[in-house]
Amino acid sequence: MKRNTLSLRLFLGVTLAALVVGLTLRPKPSLTAPAPSPDRLQISGAGATFPYPIYSKWFDEYHKLHSDIEINYQSIGSGGGIRQLLSGTVDFGASDGPMTDEQLGQAKTKVLHFPTVLGAVVPTVNIPGVTAELNFTPEALAGIFLGKITKWNDPALTGPNPKVKLPAEDIVVVHRSDGSGTTYIWTDYLSKVSDEWKTKVGKNTSVNWPVGLGSKGNEGVTGQVKETPNSIGYVELIYAVQNKLPYGRVKNSSGAFVKADLDAVTAAAAGAAKNMPDDFRVSITNAPGRTAYPISSFTWLLIPAKIDDAAKRKVITDFLQWMMTKGQAYCNDLSYAQLPKPVVTKELKAISQIQ
Amino acid sequence: MSLPTRPAPAGRVRSFINRLRTGDEVAHLITLLFATSIFLVTALLVFELYDNSALPRHKFGWAFFVTQTWDPVFENFGALPFIYGTVVTSALALLIAVPLGVGAAIFLAELAPRPISDALTFIIELLAAVPTVIFGLIGMFVLVPFMRVYVEPFLKATLGFLPLFKGPLYGIGFLTAGVLLGIIVIPFIVSVSREVLLAVPVDQREAALALGATKWEATWKVVVPFARTGIFGSIFLSMARALGETMAVTMVIGNVPKIATSLFAPGYSIAAIIANEFSEATGDLYVQSLVELGLVLFLLTILLNGLARLMIVATAKRGTSQE
Repeated sequence: MKRNTLSLRLFLGVTLAALVVGLTLRPKPSLTAPAPSPDRLQISGAGATFPYPIYSKWFDEYHKLHSDIEINYQSIGSGGGIRQLLSGTVDFGASDGPMTDEQLGQAKTKVLHFPTVLGAVVPTVNIPGVTAELNFTPEALAGIFLGKITKWNDPALTGPNPKVKLPAEDIVVVHRSDGSGTTYIWTDYLSKVSDEWKTKVGKNTSVNWPVGLGSKGNEGVTGQVKETPNSIGYVELIYAVQNKLPYGRVKNSSGAFVKADLDAVTAAAAGAAKNMPDDFRVSITNAPGRTAYPISSFTWLLIPAKIDDAAKRKVITDFLQWMMTKGQAYCNDLSYAQLPKPVVTKELKAISQIQ
Repeated sequence: MSLPTRPAPAGRVRSFINRLRTGDEVAHLITLLFATSIFLVTALLVFELYDNSALPRHKFGWAFFVTQTWDPVFENFGALPFIYGTVVTSALALLIAVPLGVGAAIFLAELAPRPISDALTFIIELLAAVPTVIFGLIGMFVLVPFMRVYVEPFLKATLGFLPLFKGPLYGIGFLTAGVLLGIIVIPFIVSVSREVLLAVPVDQREAALALGATKWEATWKVVVPFARTGIFGSIFLSMARALGETMAVTMVIGNVPKIATSLFAPGYSIAAIIANEFSEATGDLYVQSLVELGLVLFLLTILLNGLARLMIVATAKRGTSQE
């Protein structure tokens, strides 16, 4: 008798538990945004964190112009944005690095890249007693981050900085520990200027660093550099500008030492625009041009070439048009570098590829 | 075939309904459901971790556990530096937190006047509720410079002949992460251990005192052994927290996947690398290797918990615990 009730209990319990699990496993469709009301069109995107401030400004302003359209953007990181776009859970993605051929191959429909704004990465240092802005050659930066240049008074550093008295101290390298578009741009640049970096380390949102300490986020790297004497790190230009961090000049491909600012970044994009491929997947690090800052990059919106929902297609193409023309005016307030004119012209033509 | 020998189903159902009316069966069902759901959630977690790490499991096999490289560019992944960092920082944390925490709990439960004890316990429980990211920030801006300027030079000067205390002093690294984790888990040990000590029956103390024991002897030789299982429970809880702690550790450990004997060196923990790299990871092998690290952390927790439980059983005969 007892055993029977026990088995009945077990049976009922397991059935109920299975029901609960079944219910919890199923609601994948309801995880997406709440069902849109008929008079309000909702479009969702996900991806890069670096352009999030300007994107949210754009989507907000665009919503003010078209009150029936809402664009939701989750800044979950470039990798997450690409993953969600490939799995079809968002209408568009965003990334700080162009998608690889392998990733494009996984896409069910063709994915188009649209550059939106520009960013740059700058080296920031903390050497007690040194307040001058340092000049860095590409060889010096690659040497430091490869662990080959270990002292601040190395000839590779004293050469371009004749007026600065650099100490005979060990260099402490600080890099990002979290996967990040900033790291992608930095390592992309080092891969271009150093063959050894390219073959030993390579470029990615995270890499196998030969030397250094890892810190999370721009704020983590900044904090670590400030806390550690004789250290060097790299941060986004916008972060450095907004927090008034001192940062060094970098020698560009024309041999000039350039201090990063918005104009120098746009100049880098203009230099690269002449050889812009039709799919816009281009790295503009080490771009030609006397005033170009060499560690610059586009950030991209990733849009499917085929959008079945006609209403969504219309909104997305209209938004892209608005973003490249009127929308660019919001860039400077938020310290993003604008797209150069030739790139905008080329992109406006490419919008027609969205079917 | 065996159907005819079974009792009539009607009787069973009636008795079941009777029991349902009295409420017993309902309580049984509901609590059974809750208990089963815990089991199912755990099983689901393990299944998902296992299922979503198929690529690296096939590609690297057991070598994943002993490989020291973590290279997202050339897609070569190994877990050893992260396992090492997780174990070393957690061990350091317990080394610091257990004596301090149990000592504080003994004071609060046995020696301090009750109002002071209650007030201090309230503060300790507040401490336990502080998000660990706050501890991480304090660690970054207060503990790290303190370690670099005072503690690490002192250790290097006095114990520098040991391989544990060699190398450059960055302030961040295994030692700082261990100390910070220790600070984070102390409130759990104090809070739980104090409750357990207070639950020891008064006659145990009185009996010891009546036999001529001093107050300290009664506490140390009777009350603490009696509460031993509960105190160990608090230590397990702390160990699990230390193994899985993410934000605070990643802010002070240095995030370098290398194995170093020196406690001053920077390292990495499993939870920290998952939090750091998951959002930007692209490529199936990379993402799935991070998932496999999650599986490794789960196995590590089971293994260490099992070892700790074995230790209790092995030492049970010595104590007077009611195990």
